[in-house]
Amino acid sequence: MLEVRGVSIRFGGVQALDGVSLAVAAGGITALIGPNGAGKSTLFSVVSGFLAPNAGTVHFLGEDVTGVAPHRLCRMGIARTFQIVQPFAAQTVRENIAVGAHLARPSRREALAHAERVAERVGLAQLDKLAANLTVAARKRLELARALATGPKLLLLDEVLAGLNPNEVAAVLPVVRAIRDSGVTVFMIEHVMQAVMNLADTVFVLNEGRLIAGGPPAQIASDARVIEAYLGHGAAERLRRAAEAAHA
Amino acid sequence: MRELAAITALTIVVALLPAFVTSGFALNLAIMVLYTTLLGQAWNVLAGFGGQFSFGHALFFGTGAYASAALQVHLGVNAWLALPVAIACGAAAGAFVGALSFRYGLRGSYFALVTLAFAEVFRILANSVAFTGGGVGLLLPLKESAANLQFAGKAGFLYLILAFVLAGFLVSWWLKHSRFGAWLAAVRDSEESAAALGVDVFRVKLGAIALSAALMSAGGFFYVQYFHYIDPHIAYGPAVSVEALLGPIAGGLGTVFGPLLGAAMLQLLGELTRNLAGDAPGVSLVVYGVVLIGMVTFLPRGIAGLIARRGA
Amino acid sequence: MLDFPILFASFLNGLAQGAVYALVALGLTLIYGVLHIINFAHGALLMAALYGVFFLNARLGVDPYAALPVMAPAMFVLGYCLQRFVVGRAGHGRDENVLLVTLGLAIVLENAALAAFKSDTRTIETAYTFSTVNVAGAMIAVPKAVAFFGALAVAALLLLLVTRTDLGRAIRAVAKERQGARVVGIDVEHVFAMSFGIGLACLGAAACFLLPAYYVNPQVGNGFVLLAFTIVVLGGMGSFAGALAGGLIVGVIESLGGLWLGESLGQIGIFLAFIAILLFRPRGLFGRA
Repeated sequence: MLEVRGVSIRFGGVQALDGVSLAVAAGGITALIGPNGAGKSTLFSVVSGFLAPNAGTVHFLGEDVTGVAPHRLCRMGIARTFQIVQPFAAQTVRENIAVGAHLARPSRREALAHAERVAERVGLAQLDKLAANLTVAARKRLELARALATGPKLLLLDEVLAGLNPNEVAAVLPVVRAIRDSGVTVFMIEHVMQAVMNLADTVFVLNEGRLIAGGPPAQIASDARVIEAYLGHGAAERLRRAAEAAHA
Repeated sequence: MRELAAITALTIVVALLPAFVTSGFALNLAIMVLYTTLLGQAWNVLAGFGGQFSFGHALFFGTGAYASAALQVHLGVNAWLALPVAIACGAAAGAFVGALSFRYGLRGSYFALVTLAFAEVFRILANSVAFTGGGVGLLLPLKESAANLQFAGKAGFLYLILAFVLAGFLVSWWLKHSRFGAWLAAVRDSEESAAALGVDVFRVKLGAIALSAALMSAGGFFYVQYFHYIDPHIAYGPAVSVEALLGPIAGGLGTVFGPLLGAAMLQLLGELTRNLAGDAPGVSLVVYGVVLIGMVTFLPRGIAGLIARRGA
Repeated sequence: MLDFPILFASFLNGLAQGAVYALVALGLTLIYGVLHIINFAHGALLMAALYGVFFLNARLGVDPYAALPVMAPAMFVLGYCLQRFVVGRAGHGRDENVLLVTLGLAIVLENAALAAFKSDTRTIETAYTFSTVNVAGAMIAVPKAVAFFGALAVAALLLLLVTRTDLGRAIRAVAKERQGARVVGIDVEHVFAMSFGIGLACLGAAACFLLPAYYVNPQVGNGFVLLAFTIVVLGGMGSFAGALAGGLIVGVIESLGGLWLGESLGQIGIFLAFIAILLFRPRGLFGRA
């Protein structure tokens, strides 16, 4: 569904992404993980049209969409949430979601009705509450609902679980699964490992702008390079020796 | 829907006014309140609904006024024909400023500054060019007849301004209940999120400024018909730009009735000030300035916000 | 065509006028650089300062240059109080609100002056109003020459203040990182008010230098607002050197442009340049991107 080929981008002296290539298969949940500053959100910004890469291409459903504007990509079927949520603060939850719903629905009444349906799917109540008065957890759901309302084929979730306590995280996991089950491909950036291991079919690991690993969750968890990226140089070796010593 | 009912009721009340009120003073008061409302409605489209604060809205007012006046004075075109041309010119000016400003990502204070600069440029140009009459301005010859959109009594002008204000109300109502309006509010509240949700931010902003400019130029058209005179300072000077923003700020940004509430309140305050302080120039504007500061400090959502809070 | 002596005189006059513009813009730069607000009342405040200098001269016979030690501190106090009690309060931290508050301030000042002093244009006359000095063959009006050096002196003082004093360090800290400055114990509200006050003190000084060669009426501020903004944006928002250079450049362009196009059309060039800079190079000549 989504193919990233050799994408590179630099900001001043920083090479944020360096020849990143990956493929997101249709119909599953794919995760993108990596230490802070690895370039995950930057990759999302490139894929969703907010940034144009210096090199490389992005292909969606076989078409080259590199550098296409965000609103046009949304119309083609790519929706994204933001790590730092930006709700339409002066508007109600229903009105917020309706903006997404309007993509395919010119009628105000239809958009508002669809917004209610999406809110239900996502588990949001209090439809007439102002977005500015929502809790963090509710705002994250709203962000998710808004993007979902555009009827995407590919949904990019940028740390949708960040800032949630364990109960709230457990409540969102089935929602994400349900979205996948309804036919939407999910590509998510996450730090909450429990969620990643639980949900993802495929995991890609980014470190310092480069893709260092990709595969099923279990394989990634024991990949030496991944361990080193998170725990530092030599950590994989230390862990292995410690494990052997414990068995001895 | 209650809004539509209120709009209808208001329109009927005003339309019936001349049947019960014959005082020229009272009718003029009503006309001026509606005129200020129109200017406020225009500014409100871009600032209240769209979140882009323009400090040079006089640009569109003046363009509409001069287009209409020049056509009637130099080419003898009938006022009824001059009207759509004036509005088209105003909208074009809006699209021009919008295309430049939004293409280059101007927002907030920078956008306000650029609109101010454009208005100034046009004021200087109008001062130096022949077809605007230069510094002397243009005088609309008195030819009272409905066919010329000039009226002997005030009632005719009341209906003319009422028609424009009604259009303004309908536009404001439409912005609250349409897809375009939803997109515009999204752009106002978070451009990035709006883009991520499929909103063509540039097109939406452009549409908003053109719409706002069209309404504003209708105000310019009316001014020429009512006062028979236009000059660069009236047309493009800061006074009109300020007049346009005071009402919506006082009455409530981004609401349908804010501009009317604000205009009425300011007119009332003006009358009060005039009674207390006499006809000294500038005193009522001092009061308006204080009101502006006060509103922004204590009542950022205006009178309409106060009413909404009471109701909630 | 115009021969060299006329061009040279026009150039020097432009420099002198530009220095005063620069002084006005320096205050605006400081206010923008530290508080990140566009002070729409800057022109009206200059007008108020001009009236101050005027009345000190008309009622008390104080020479405008001698009025400097009075005007600058007075304007400073006014600025401090305005920021602390009006602008700071009303802002609620939102950009549009502050915009409107400073606009409201401008409206109040301009119309209060209109109500109090009527719209007559007033000038003052001193012993040196009509004297000229010979600069390399060009005759420059004495008030303008004094204005040039005075403006440079004030600019130098300002730079010293910002780079060498504790207050200056605090100002630079707040300008760079507001929350961080708060965290290390800097009274940010106080610094804001001090900056606004210093910005207005510059206006007080500018008024003293300006009035001998200029005039005052309630609307005079309008002409300066856009001009000051043009200079600030041209020089790069927040750059003193830029504001100085920008002021001189604008002064010269206005003077030379006036030779060719006549006074009023000459101003158009400045505003068109302003629009162009805002659109194509908003960081100006010297600003950081």
